[in-house]
Amino acid sequence: MRHAARLSHLHPDRVAQPGRRDGIGGALASGEAGASLLPVPYPVYVHLLAVGWLTQLIFGVAYWMFPGRARTPSAGERLTLWSVYLALNAGMILRAIAESMLGRPGPWPVLLAISAIAQLLAVLLFVAHLWPRVTAR
Amino acid sequence: MPTLSVWAVRAALLYLVAGALLGTAMLLAKAGFFPVGALRAIPVHQEVVLLGWMLQLALGVGYWILPRVEGARPRAALAVLAVVSLNAGVIGVAIGGALGAGELTLAGRLLELVGAVAFIGHIWTRVKVGGLINRLSAEEIAARQAQKR
Repeated sequence: MRHAARLSHLHPDRVAQPGRRDGIGGALASGEAGASLLPVPYPVYVHLLAVGWLTQLIFGVAYWMFPGRARTPSAGERLTLWSVYLALNAGMILRAIAESMLGRPGPWPVLLAISAIAQLLAVLLFVAHLWPRVTAR
Repeated sequence: MPTLSVWAVRAALLYLVAGALLGTAMLLAKAGFFPVGALRAIPVHQEVVLLGWMLQLALGVGYWILPRVEGARPRAALAVLAVVSLNAGVIGVAIGGALGAGELTLAGRLLELVGAVAFIGHIWTRVKVGGLINRLSAEEIAARQAQKR
């Protein structure tokens, strides 16, 4: 409790304070024993793993091993795939920063919205790329 | 890629898009650009992304890529049951979670369990030590490598 109180000058989402359930991060993290030690909000921690690691690993491996990969990708395909890579990573990093800073003075809400759109764009572009390669051929 | 894998992987990609749309709506709500009610979709988002996208992609790719038994995928009906049950379960849990309908959520979870057991029943004999490379002697491997060169 004293530890949580010491850290409570940080953003409320960062610290799971016993008895305190306000804030999405607080609500999610309140059941997590180690969550109060996280330097970022709990949803950011989860998404760094689920999006930054797992989903990106799936994208990379799927691009490599699914049938129909061009030996030399066209300029349009290269642009699409690099856009996916940049949008996913820039969106994830921006989210981690903006969500951690949410509630403090600054353009954080706008940056958080941009991060959301960037990640959505990455997903849509990758699905559009992979869809025709998922065939029974 | 076998037809069942095509269906599973495509369904997984659709769940990914649905999960990303929900996630975007929730982040926009956090940022104040979308109604706060979107934040109630957290359980649906988790269900769709973890089971609909990641788990289903693993099933689809596993069915396609794990070693076959004498050139065939035995007990394929169990794999079909797994994919159908998993999808019905995810949809049931998602709708049940969104509407707060406990019975529907429970039915969805049971269907997911049926899917998991069915897939294990299908894939168990395909998870094995071996495959072609382990059945060949060192001399045969060397001969094949020399042939490739």
